[in-house]
Amino acid sequence: MELTTVWFCLIAVLWIGYFTLEGFDFGVGMLLPWLARDDRERRIMINTIGPVWDGNEVWVLTAGGATFAAFPEWYATLFSGFYLPLLLILLALIVRGVAFEYRHQRPEASWHSWWDRAIIVGSYVPAFLWGVAFANIVRGVPIDADKEFTGSMFTLLNPFGLLGGLVTLLLFLTHGATFLALKTDGEIRFRARRVAVGSGLLAAAAAVAFLVWTQFLTGNAGSLVLFLVAALALVGAIAMAYAGREGWAFIGTFVCIGLAVAGLFVGLFPDVMPSSTSEAFSLTTTNASATDYTLKVMTIVAAIFTPIVLGYQAWTYWVFRKRIAEHHISDQELEAVA
Amino acid sequence: MDILDIARWQFGIITVYHFLFVPITIGLTALVATMETQWLRTRSPEWLRLTKFFGKLMLINFAIGVVTGIVQEFQFGMNWSDYSRFVGDVFGAPLAVEALLAFFLESTFLGLWIFGWDKLPRGLHAGCMWIVHLGTLASSWFILAANSWMQHPVGYDYNPDTGRAELTDFWAVMFNKVQLATFPHVVFAAYMTGAAFILGISAWLYVRDRTPDPDRVMYRKGIRFGAWVLLVAGLGVAITGDYQGKIMTEVQPMKMAAAEGLYETEAPASFSLFTIGTPDGQEEKFSIKIPRLLSFLATGTWDGEVEGINDLRAQYQEEFGQDPGARYYDPSELYSPNIPVTYWTFRYMIGCGFLAAFFGALILFLTRKGRAPTSKWFGRMAIATPILTVVASSFGWIFTEMGRQPWVVFGLMTTRNGVSPGVSTTEAWISIISLVLIYAVLMVIELGLIIRVVKKGADPFQEPPDPGRDTDDEDRPLAFAY
Ligand code: HDD
Ligand code: HEM
Ligand code: HEM
Repeated sequence: MELTTVWFCLIAVLWIGYFTLEGFDFGVGMLLPWLARDDRERRIMINTIGPVWDGNEVWVLTAGGATFAAFPEWYATLFSGFYLPLLLILLALIVRGVAFEYRHQRPEASWHSWWDRAIIVGSYVPAFLWGVAFANIVRGVPIDADKEFTGSMFTLLNPFGLLGGLVTLLLFLTHGATFLALKTDGEIRFRARRVAVGSGLLAAAAAVAFLVWTQFLTGNAGSLVLFLVAALALVGAIAMAYAGREGWAFIGTFVCIGLAVAGLFVGLFPDVMPSSTSEAFSLTTTNASATDYTLKVMTIVAAIFTPIVLGYQAWTYWVFRKRIAEHHISDQELEAVA
Repeated sequence: MDILDIARWQFGIITVYHFLFVPITIGLTALVATMETQWLRTRSPEWLRLTKFFGKLMLINFAIGVVTGIVQEFQFGMNWSDYSRFVGDVFGAPLAVEALLAFFLESTFLGLWIFGWDKLPRGLHAGCMWIVHLGTLASSWFILAANSWMQHPVGYDYNPDTGRAELTDFWAVMFNKVQLATFPHVVFAAYMTGAAFILGISAWLYVRDRTPDPDRVMYRKGIRFGAWVLLVAGLGVAITGDYQGKIMTEVQPMKMAAAEGLYETEAPASFSLFTIGTPDGQEEKFSIKIPRLLSFLATGTWDGEVEGINDLRAQYQEEFGQDPGARYYDPSELYSPNIPVTYWTFRYMIGCGFLAAFFGALILFLTRKGRAPTSKWFGRMAIATPILTVVASSFGWIFTEMGRQPWVVFGLMTTRNGVSPGVSTTEAWISIISLVLIYAVLMVIELGLIIRVVKKGADPFQEPPDPGRDTDDEDRPLAFAY
């Protein structure tokens, strides 16, 4: 296989890692106002992702860095072209990241509720905008002969892009709910199950519409198979959540998101960013790539270190495997909150 | 302002802001890990209290380091797309490797440290903080390798067909001689910063009236520990900085000439401590000079020749007429940076750093052999120390980066040619304004929290649950370091 193809696959893997992992912690953030009844429950929800959200976020930093190194033209066109949506995502990730760390630094209820808002907004905005961005990459955007994006923010807000945003938002919401059902105990666990079923049905409706549309736009046999299995996994997840089999439900949403992203990339190949201006201007795995030498160096580094990273990230999930329930949150931590 | 100005201001502000927090994180992770290890070795409750206290401050600081770092990763693509196209083949690799090797390590093990007090055996828990520190060092290594390449490009070929710099030797980039000088300098500066942080806060709490006497014993430990590390690291910074000056003179003589405002080549050259009037070469100005010092800083001999700005300009105008050529720079350019800025930032960096080290030595002296200073100005001096080190680092970077101008990659591409052609000024304004506003708010919140935690002082000793023991109760409330 060509090294450029290998790196196309690796970048797909990084985005799959990002969406399947950060997906559920976006979901937990988005569910904060809907699932928790009081501060103790909000604290439980946040603690389920406390030790892992930052590690999950690094997947997107690695995807960004790897794109820069392996496909510099793609990195340059994408991030200078999708300027304002990306800026919004960055602003959202800033307030969200700080909120996790600062929320419990002071006891006042008003302090908590401000940071809760930051977590909520900071989770909805990227959950929606990443979908818009990816839908537009797949659909193609105006790119000229100099590989420059020539559209504006409004070019991106087309029906297909917006539907893509809605799909990621609903999928992450469902993913967050299955995660919470798996990681908490007490009443909140049962509420999370019910939400998983409800939002799962909505997500299924939106996702099927989006995937069928995508299949007509860019699909091939490979993406068709992936989309079908992704849809089945989502249906399975909803059924499992309904039946109270939380582990399976979470695996279901995990697989669904992973395969759907894989399907998008399979449909995209060999383009990385198709141009809607003229097919000749499309960025492809070959005309956007770095040199073979750079790709070789990076392949060696990735081959050695990716297994190590996966190993210790998995270990972290193992260390924090226990469900969190009300009695795990001490009164002392909450007492000052009236 | 055009897009170039906005993009430059944005890069400068955003990056300097990121680097306010970075050295504190690098320094404190090492020192907190040392304190936790000390606790395990001596079992003295004071070390645990200090670990938790400074660990908490470190986390408040770390949060902003992380979120501002995310912007860094993407802003090359957003505002500097032509730069990214030109250098991506060389420059992208260290960035990607940094994320894979360093950021995963830092974020994962910090999560384990924060939430793992009651889940991990004690030795492993302290080990997590050591690993986080290792991550910060790896992060510094790769990002500084990328930056050093911009200061002194090596291990690449210019390919006229693709119109970009292409990597030919990864190891040359990793072990660039500029990198070998910069990395130890920056890391020592970071240890200075972390140590000054511990020294300053401990000393302030030490003299404060409200602090109970038994706690004074503990803060005293913090003072002595911080002061010693500060002094040793300060020595390291001076030695490596001196070395860096020689490398810099070799690869970017213009920067050294600009740092002194030296217009005509001189041998031996003197170093001015300060100047009244701007050093713009037009008229005689008043300054206090140390004879021959510049020769020594630049060449290592007391009578070495230091090239002046005028000669270098002539030389550069001739040299940079060719390959890769007009697409990336303009041969008629003056090729000299903003002289007052380089002149003063160089002095402020050294001055603030020396002052911090001096304060450290003074505090060490004043607390010698059980002596207990009580005066208010002792506390004030203590608080000034960490601020001085952070300021010194910022000036160091402003000097390094602005001294490289007009180049973004020295000798290959000028900053003007790196900017994104497709981004409108409106977009750039929206971005710089929103980021600056949010950063300003974050600064206020962060300082508020730090002051609050410092005023409260270290929490009383509480034996953390030990998951290594069988008596451990599985259903107890979770333990956090927050
Ligand atoms: C000398 C060291 C150094 C320098 C020059 C820089 N950084 Fe940095 N950076 C760090 C040292 C560091 C660190 C100490 O390792 C941080 C602080 C907090 C953290 O998580 O790691 C960090 C954080 C940090 C993060 C967040 C990591 C996370 O989420 O855990 C990113 C994406 C970057 N940086 C990227 C950059 C880029 C693109 C820079 C260049 C313009 C840059 N940093 C300059
Ligand atoms: C973290 C410490 C750093 C600080 C404080 C810093 C500071 C600055 C400053 C102040 C400028 C503006 C110069 C001017 O406008 O004249 C600048 C420019 C720049 N720096 Fe750095 N820098 C740092 C590290 C880096 C690193 C590690 C890189 C690359 C990996 C980098 C890449 C750039 C680029 C691309 C510019 C272009 C903008 C310009 O020159 O105006 N910087 N930096
Ligand atoms: C004897 C004292 C010092 C000398 C001779 C010195 C020398 C230098 C030189 C020559 C540079 C520019 C390197 C380049 O352009 O490539 C530099 C940069 C820098 N200095 Fe210093 N320095 C001293 C003290 C300090 C102190 C006390 C600090 C902070 C606590 C500090 C922090 C920095 C930083 C962060 C940079 C920018 C990054 C880099 O390129 O290393 N320096 N220093």
